[in-house]
Amino acid sequence: MTEEMIIAGFGGQGVLSMGKILAYSGIMEDKEVTWFPSYGPEMRGGTANVTVIVSDTRISSPILQQFDTAIILNQQSMDKFEKAVKPGGTLLYDPNGVIHPPTRTDINIFKVEATKTAVEMGNPKVFNMIVFGSYLKVRPILSLDNVEKGLEKSLPERYHKLIPLNLEAIKKGQEIVEDVQLV
Amino acid sequence: MGELRLMKGNEVLAEAAIRCGCDGYFGYPITPQSEVMETLMARQPWNETGMTVLQAESEVASINMVYGAAATGKKVMTSSSSPGISLMAEGISYIAGAELPCLIVNVQRGGPGLGTIQPSQADYFQSVKGGGHGDYKMIVLAPASVQEMNDFVDLGFELAFKYRNPAMILADGAIGQMMEKVELADQKPRWTKEQIVEMSSDWATTGKTANRKKNIVTSLEMDSDKMEENNLRFQKKYQKMEEEEVRYEAIQCDDAEFVIVAFGTSARVCQKAVEIARAKGLKVGLLRPITLFPFPKKAIQELARKAKGFLSVEMSAGQMVEDIKLSVYEAGSNARVNHFGRMGGIIPTPDEVVEALEEKFSWELSYGVKRSY
Repeated sequence: MTEEMIIAGFGGQGVLSMGKILAYSGIMEDKEVTWFPSYGPEMRGGTANVTVIVSDTRISSPILQQFDTAIILNQQSMDKFEKAVKPGGTLLYDPNGVIHPPTRTDINIFKVEATKTAVEMGNPKVFNMIVFGSYLKVRPILSLDNVEKGLEKSLPERYHKLIPLNLEAIKKGQEIVEDVQLV
Repeated sequence: MGELRLMKGNEVLAEAAIRCGCDGYFGYPITPQSEVMETLMARQPWNETGMTVLQAESEVASINMVYGAAATGKKVMTSSSSPGISLMAEGISYIAGAELPCLIVNVQRGGPGLGTIQPSQADYFQSVKGGGHGDYKMIVLAPASVQEMNDFVDLGFELAFKYRNPAMILADGAIGQMMEKVELADQKPRWTKEQIVEMSSDWATTGKTANRKKNIVTSLEMDSDKMEENNLRFQKKYQKMEEEEVRYEAIQCDDAEFVIVAFGTSARVCQKAVEIARAKGLKVGLLRPITLFPFPKKAIQELARKAKGFLSVEMSAGQMVEDIKLSVYEAGSNARVNHFGRMGGIIPTPDEVVEALEEKFSWELSYGVKRSY
């Protein structure tokens, strides 16, 4: 199993930390992982994206043109990465901030109202964990037990009291993700 | 099994330095390697192992602090990125001339000049052919993963002390910024004063005792005959490195008609390029030099007896390609040697590499034989 994915959105949406929690969960599942961020001036307030690769075997290139899965959280990223999903691959997006929804018919498209749900849950910061939950629902490559361990490992101890809230958000994300059927 | 963590290449450098019993780190921040010192400062190893961590006023100061501390027989290191390493070049030459062990890490960014903060491999010449003045060499290790960033700290110190010579880890911004699973080594104690006297009192300034000769650490020798003797001794040492310290990895090279040669991040990209090329039915392999000096010349020459062509893939205008050409031509092979690279902080994609291979070796691919000149 090798899952090559891109998570892309605005800086501050928790794109990089979602990738980090995913990668740590992969380690807990005894997999090889690579987390490769876009770094540089564009990080300050602009778009942020991270490539995450989870695999049973040694990982080759962290630089990829095509992905098994793309998680897209703003329009700029949609413009850039919708076309980068492999045929038969998965695209997950939050319609909030995406003006032109994806149009491809050769990939599996899912949407999650994560921004809205995070506000409803009373904590906009859990936005990325709702998205993460939706991802785990549509691409069940990691067990929830190991995700919990991954959270413990990647969050500093002073934030461990927030783990139950994060897990709640992940479960919420699993519930509310919608399959988008394009004809 | 050691502790497993998800860490950035830069963070792991710092952690590995502490755990291998390093005595001192002297540095000056520069992107994309600032996390090395940030991690060290956050870890505060002076409380735990007694390791000194010091932010110098410049790169010139850092390398001269390394020079001074290395003269005492201690395990010391610095790290920087390309423009900073240029500033250190004079000091590195002095350290090589004074035959002192130390570890220097270059997390390369695009140049020349201040260039860009994105990854590059354009400091190959600077690292393996000098950089500073005079006939000196240093062992250059090229990590291609975060795990190797960890492993090469200990190895770098080992080789530096074995040859009493500076050793370098030549990484790039991608390896520095990337996080991967890494298995950390257990904490080793720092050397005690007694151990250092035992190992290095014939050259280091460990404190002169009544029955010991005076150790003078310098690179200066005004007598030309003696200086030539020094040079000959250095050359002998470098030759021994070439005989004993070559490290490389060969992936799917056994039946390869075309061999991609790449190190560091490029080697990771090319590993995928090999998969893509093989799926297309092309017999392509990857030779990944782990030591850039000493260069895996014999391995290339061995492959050159069968291979139709070599493609050097570097994030530069083509530097290592010259060493490949020298190796191939010295072996009397008529395999063609080409280069493909991206510059300015751009990392080539696996597909680009395969396209370049097909384009540059279109003759061999069409006619199935080596092109004659």
